[in-house]
Amino acid sequence: MTSTLQDQKKTAEPLVRLTKAGKHYGNIIALSDISLEVGSGEVTCVLGDNGAGKSTLIKIIAGLHQPSEGTYEVEGQPVSFDSPREALERGIATVYQDLAVCPLMSVWRNFFLGNEVRKGPRMDIPFMKKTCKEEMLAMGIDLRDVEQPIGTLSGGERQCVAISRAVYYGAKVLILDEPTAALGVKQSGIVLKYIIQARERGLGVIFITHNPHHAYPVGDRFLLLNRGRSIGYYEKSQVTRDELTGLMAGGSELEQLSHELESAGGEAASVAALLEEEAEELGTASHGPGTTHEPSTGNPPA
Amino acid sequence: MSDTLEAAPPPRLDERMGRKSPLARVFARPEAGALAGAIIIYVFFFAVAPSFRNANSFSSTLYVSSTYGLMVAPVALLMIGGEFDLSAGVAVTSSALCASMFSYEFTTNVWVGVLVALALSLTVGFLNGWIVVKTGIPSFLVTLGMFFMLQGLNLALTQTITNQVASPSISNIQGFSSAQHVFASSFTIAGVNIRTSIIYWIVLVAIATFILLRTRIGNWIFSVGGSAPSARAVGVPVGKMKIGLFMAVGLLAWFTGMVTLFQFNTIQSGQGVGNEFVYIIAAVVGGCLLTGGYGSAVGAALGALIFGMVNQGIIYAGWDPDWFTFFLGALLLGVILLNNYIRRRAEANR
Repeated sequence: MTSTLQDQKKTAEPLVRLTKAGKHYGNIIALSDISLEVGSGEVTCVLGDNGAGKSTLIKIIAGLHQPSEGTYEVEGQPVSFDSPREALERGIATVYQDLAVCPLMSVWRNFFLGNEVRKGPRMDIPFMKKTCKEEMLAMGIDLRDVEQPIGTLSGGERQCVAISRAVYYGAKVLILDEPTAALGVKQSGIVLKYIIQARERGLGVIFITHNPHHAYPVGDRFLLLNRGRSIGYYEKSQVTRDELTGLMAGGSELEQLSHELESAGGEAASVAALLEEEAEELGTASHGPGTTHEPSTGNPPA
Repeated sequence: MSDTLEAAPPPRLDERMGRKSPLARVFARPEAGALAGAIIIYVFFFAVAPSFRNANSFSSTLYVSSTYGLMVAPVALLMIGGEFDLSAGVAVTSSALCASMFSYEFTTNVWVGVLVALALSLTVGFLNGWIVVKTGIPSFLVTLGMFFMLQGLNLALTQTITNQVASPSISNIQGFSSAQHVFASSFTIAGVNIRTSIIYWIVLVAIATFILLRTRIGNWIFSVGGSAPSARAVGVPVGKMKIGLFMAVGLLAWFTGMVTLFQFNTIQSGQGVGNEFVYIIAAVVGGCLLTGGYGSAVGAALGALIFGMVNQGIIYAGWDPDWFTFFLGALLLGVILLNNYIRRRAEANR
């Protein structure tokens, strides 16, 4: 999976690097002492449960907020973004969960919204339709009709329109905010495929998720957040999928939950037994890294 | 992951597109319902009112439609952009009153009054838009306030200045004939008298359609109505777009006011109340969504045509005009239901 291209790029400065970054809102500490980097052709996953500080981290990288402490560097230069536009100009594009699309507008109109290609006073519609179709095809989506309203696409496909739009406008780093959260198993798989494809194209991807099963197969690095702090930052070689899951869920918390359910009795008790099993397994887990769930990504369609 | 898709490479024109018949394609368009409604109403009055069949009376039906249609077009664009303007009806009257009374009281050339009215109309439009954008208060409320204010000003100022309920006739003032020539003349083709406002209306609908479908501005209008936060996120100047749309309504309110003023030389100060709903309903009949983000200028024009035809058709049929609003309401409800039905069918076939 580690291509030669990636090895060459390793020598260069990472596209995005946060060092000991933190964010306070008044006396509330939303995030503290976070370090993270992503280079060209790499995927850095940020994992954490609800309220772990993932959104604050996104907002810092996307330029909505400035870190109150620590440094933020883009390609080795310290930066301080005042708006998402500035971040975008440096090639840092964020694909939010709600995707920023207008559901009733056609796919190509959404694709070029805000960046319409013009010929005199009018838009160059044939060019835009053709480009939209091609870009989507490059991401592996064969659209029936770029005129169809984007609201008629599936969640996964819409996610991919948003991703390929960001790529087309010269994004070097993609921040994906929970792209698989609202999707079914198959749709999530499709999105993961596009994350890998974006990486193959030499982009840096920051993939925010709460699902270690989605993160592990595609990630090169994993940052785990809990209550605004980093509880681990690993290279892929340093961690297995089950360890990741264990860290995410917090083995002890699962155990506690199982005790609570047990005392409730009845149906809940059987759930408790299962949970306990899971917690035990995670606590001692050291299976091979993601042997079962790793998708075959050797040769994605170019 | 998508093995099932890639296993059988889809043929060039792929099988997923096959089922959409040309008829479904036509009916999927926003103006389909209005077109069907317009045809039904035309056929209906053609059958029941012999004088409706006359070319000259149809021309005057078109004229009545155009006085609505000139306003329906910008109101439709505004609705596609996600906002309402309830002051649009009285704004027409305000503009006409302003032009006529200004040039009459200050004994200026009519054109000076016309330009002052233009400034007034654009200012009203700007204020509507600016308040909506800056405060985030629904345009329904902001323009409702503007509606009452303008209505009050129309009545009170006309009474105060002229001691009458109508503006004085301006037909003797300098510049009247040239202004009338521009705004309210007519010509004859093959024995049929055609008012220029019909031509203006057609040109306006063509321009509005071009803007909506072929320009960047059109793309932005759809996007600010469809999802303003999304539009903002990709760099569309949402506030400017909305203010611009309100000002477009102001511009056409001025133009429609001038067409009316120079047609009749004088304007009743209470005129125009209720027309704001005519504009909105015509736009909705024409396929514009009340919630914004979807619609068509051609459809809205067909909505205005339906209005004009019912308006004139009842007269030509020799019915008591008191029944007008009842028939209008019934027909509109019918067209909207038809529109709804057709769109559902079309979407099911997608």
